[in-house]
Amino acid sequence: MVRKVVPAVVVGVTKLERETMPFLTQLKFLLLLLSVWVFPSMSAVLPEDRADAMYHRYEGGGMVIDGPSVLVRKSFLEKFSASANYYIDNVSAASIDVLANASPYLERRKEFSFGLDYLTNKTTISTAFTRSKENDYLANTAYLGVTQDFFGDLSTLSIGYSRGWDTVMKTGDPDFERKADRQNYKLDWTQVLTKNWIASFGFETVTDQGFLNNPYRVVRYLDPAEGRGFRYQSEVYPETRTSSAFSIRSMYYLPYRASFSVQARVFSDTWDISATNYEIGYVHPYGEHWIFEGKYRVYDQTQAEFYRDLIDPTNPAQNTEFVARDKEMSSFSDFSIGVGVSYEREFKDSTMFKKFSVNLFVDYFEFEFDNFRNVLVHDTNPGEFAVGQEPLFAYDATVTRLFFSIWY
Amino acid sequence: MNKFKSLIIFIPMFGLTSCAIEPWVKPYERDNLADPIMSFSRDGIAVNYMHHVFQAREAARGAEGGSGGGCGCN
Repeated sequence: MVRKVVPAVVVGVTKLERETMPFLTQLKFLLLLLSVWVFPSMSAVLPEDRADAMYHRYEGGGMVIDGPSVLVRKSFLEKFSASANYYIDNVSAASIDVLANASPYLERRKEFSFGLDYLTNKTTISTAFTRSKENDYLANTAYLGVTQDFFGDLSTLSIGYSRGWDTVMKTGDPDFERKADRQNYKLDWTQVLTKNWIASFGFETVTDQGFLNNPYRVVRYLDPAEGRGFRYQSEVYPETRTSSAFSIRSMYYLPYRASFSVQARVFSDTWDISATNYEIGYVHPYGEHWIFEGKYRVYDQTQAEFYRDLIDPTNPAQNTEFVARDKEMSSFSDFSIGVGVSYEREFKDSTMFKKFSVNLFVDYFEFEFDNFRNVLVHDTNPGEFAVGQEPLFAYDATVTRLFFSIWY
Repeated sequence: MNKFKSLIIFIPMFGLTSCAIEPWVKPYERDNLADPIMSFSRDGIAVNYMHHVFQAREAARGAEGGSGGGCGCN
């Protein structure tokens, strides 16, 4: 978006004046300078007024999750912009985690978000609240953020804080109720480098405290007395976790109206997980109304220090206080290839609506696990594999997003 | 104390002088940057959904860009 720029005020003070100025006077002077810096006479813009209606579908690894999402945004009084999002996940679960020790199930998650942005000069203050509800999980999240443009609107600094309060329940156990709190601190710096090149640096740290594991997930112990040679027991996670992530994104405008982007992120946490992901993307408009795009992303992570695929109860190095067998806590890698097409058209005769678009995006994923084994082979191929020698698990998935957008 | 005072003078001065920096990309040169294909998140509803997909299946989280307060999707 192009932003209106008014020449900045230049205020100077000599070294002699600084040294002879009483401290309180200096302080008043600084407050004046700060007021000029924080509330300069330049103007930013609010997000566009638009509405989106999307059908989303995830299918893979025995899971089908689909549903609608509707997002509406409208500005008012020239300085405010409100947004509301209603989102549903219909979950049909028969994943390896479910089949290993439970029955397939159906459930629904509903999420409602409300956000408000306030624009004053070139500062935008944003706040949002999200409530997510399913039959055994309740999550509330509040967000506050400030975004400031400076350096002649070539730089944008955004800082944000959010706090989440979750309640974890367990189907079939009405007495089970645990709490988990979450705090996110984030910072993003976006920089215009040239008239064709933009880059962004991001940092986010997240702290969790409380009941952090899935109450249905289990770990497996070697047990020759059992028919299969192992038994299951509930996982035990630590009650705290702190993570940090750094990312850099860059996008370049190509001479023939197309864009090329690269992204990279590094992640680490106090559970000893380290992860990196890289992504390249390409967007290519065709004619007046079409936009085609493609992307490729790779991700890999190390395991949490308390992850165990199989625990030997006689080995103190494996039979520790905290134990988990979530595949998301194991060492694995994945990649995804995504393609998308958008058709966009302006309304020439309407005073109410500006334009609309119809969009279809499809992403294909493959996950390969380094130390999470497929225990279902004991049911499908009994006696063929020894305990701890099962094939490593892998699965693929397809994600579809089909949505309609209208600007007004 | 003098060092402290110098510091609290320097920091806002840096901020102030930053406003005085001549933009090396003029407003009339920003047509390409203003093109929607140059947005990191052109369609928020679709981008946020992909963040949700990744957060539910990978241990890494955060620094995806954009605003928001987490997906509440554990």
